[in-house]
Amino acid sequence: MEKKASNNMNLKNNKNFNKKIIAVVGIVVGYILISLLANGDLLSRQFKSLIVPAGINIILAVSLNLTVGFLGELSLGHAGFMSIGAYTAALFTLNMNLPGPLEFMIAIVLAGLIAGLFGYLIGVPVLRLRGDYLAIVTLAFGEIIRSLINSFKFTGGAIGLSKIPRYSNYTWVYVLVILTILLSYNFVTSRYGRAIKSIRENYIAAETIGIKVSRYKTLTFAIAAFFAGVAGALYSHNFGILRPSDFDYNKSIEILVIVVLGGMGSIRGSVIAAILLTILPEALRAVNEFRMLLYAIVLIIMMLLRSPDLRAKIEENEKLPKFIKNFGKIKEGGI
Amino acid sequence: MVRFLEQFINGLSVGSVYALIALGYTMVYGIARMINFAHGDIIMVGAYVLYVCKSIIGLPSIVSVIVTIVFCSLLGITIEKIAYKPLRKAPSLAVLITAIGMSFLLQALSLLIFGANPITFPSVIKVSPIYIGSITISGITIITFVVTFICMIGLTYFVNNTKAGSAMRAASEDKPAAELMGINVNRTISMVFAIGSALAGVAGFLYISQYQSLMPTLGALPGIKAFVAAVLGGIGSIPGAMLGGIMLGVIESLSKAYISTQLADAIVFGILVIVLIVKPSGLLGKNSIEKV
Repeated sequence: MEKKASNNMNLKNNKNFNKKIIAVVGIVVGYILISLLANGDLLSRQFKSLIVPAGINIILAVSLNLTVGFLGELSLGHAGFMSIGAYTAALFTLNMNLPGPLEFMIAIVLAGLIAGLFGYLIGVPVLRLRGDYLAIVTLAFGEIIRSLINSFKFTGGAIGLSKIPRYSNYTWVYVLVILTILLSYNFVTSRYGRAIKSIRENYIAAETIGIKVSRYKTLTFAIAAFFAGVAGALYSHNFGILRPSDFDYNKSIEILVIVVLGGMGSIRGSVIAAILLTILPEALRAVNEFRMLLYAIVLIIMMLLRSPDLRAKIEENEKLPKFIKNFGKIKEGGI
Repeated sequence: MVRFLEQFINGLSVGSVYALIALGYTMVYGIARMINFAHGDIIMVGAYVLYVCKSIIGLPSIVSVIVTIVFCSLLGITIEKIAYKPLRKAPSLAVLITAIGMSFLLQALSLLIFGANPITFPSVIKVSPIYIGSITISGITIITFVVTFICMIGLTYFVNNTKAGSAMRAASEDKPAAELMGINVNRTISMVFAIGSALAGVAGFLYISQYQSLMPTLGALPGIKAFVAAVLGGIGSIPGAMLGGIMLGVIESLSKAYISTQLADAIVFGILVIVLIVKPSGLLGKNSIEKV
């Protein structure tokens, strides 16, 4: 009996080990692919310039998914955290004269920490709130941050900042994307992750088994804000200019669309949707006016497909293909 | 002192428009337990419909206003039927995201039809201003006061003294029990959406008369501010929405005049945060006990 158990353990360990090797190989191959795409002749200049924005969108979507998909609370102020990170990093590199990579690294960490701090500060007062109210407060905070940035002198007011060194390249973005995905994955599969998923499923039940709902909520908010800040740092060092109007309510919604399209509670989905929604608008330049319309329809259709009434009808009718049945469902357990 | 009074009256006029919009939010929240994010964009639709009726088709002002109100209430009913009704049993996150999608949809459609450039649209209200001492009250302000006053009195009477009004109150209290008493809950919810959207249409007419410039995003900011007003007054409470709207308008206009134009929005949203932290049920709202 015991032997069997230990054999099972060994098998499991082996499996995990194999998985890790595959992951490492995958990351290295991914990097080679990205550098080929960025340096080779496969892509036109227009598409090469999309590599960094796609990475930024992946970081934003994965981090927003932590709050929306795993914690189950709608955050409409993600662009606000991103702007805090962007301005922090830009002001740091503009005022320091350190060697490039070192300066950028410190700026990224600083951007993440300050945004995370704001995420925590916002998390504390909204602990008592849930659902609709919480969503509105995050929206309000996003707008407050934007109008403060708009009125301060050191952030350049409405004109914003310019001549920011353009440090962001595909290597930085790739490394940070991988780090974000790995850290988020580990977070949601850890004890903490199980706790926040239990809050999503039923917060009263979670509270009765001793999960400190408010602590986990603030923690998730702070982590999501941290990554949004990192994405902001990359963003500000990509084009070299920053304006407060880049981080309005629409930007937050854009990230939300990515999360919803990729599937709430699915990190893999967020990554795919982020790449798709960065490339599509460029590839379909001719129909650019329809982009907003497309976003709106994506949001509505995805939610309607999840509605209990419609699902009941679909499940009664067995003729429908299986993938439609699983469409838009919050994934249970998996990532 | 004159400046203060003028700003105060200005605030009252902006605030009464907020109050009209907040009424829609509060009524819908009371009965459907959802934040109708698309509500602000119904104001925008109202403003565009008024523009089409008046400037493009050339209807008389009164007819245009009536067409606007009817169009808005039909739009409200349609949105509820298509997007919100199938989600009545869904978690609030799904409903909220659908509502945001609806708001985006309305903005995107008007962007496609009318373009992104602002269209100037002269006010349809032609009333001469009143002078009291050295204070000037513009015609639009007077009309705004009169119209909102009539709407509020009418709504209060309707909700408290008619059969449909008590059906509404019953349905917002307890839907299954209301159904057992023979109230058609679906029709009552449609009616609430119709009334709320009609009020948004009126607000659109008053708003556009004041600002005279049409943009697809014109409804977003007043919509969110009116929501703040609804929360301030206590969401679900009709007198609360009126009080909250007027208070918010006065606060906004005074902080614009005496503190900073750019910071006025931050102050308005700061008030929301403070209210939600100190008294989440709002000034006139009832505390609700949550049951497991």
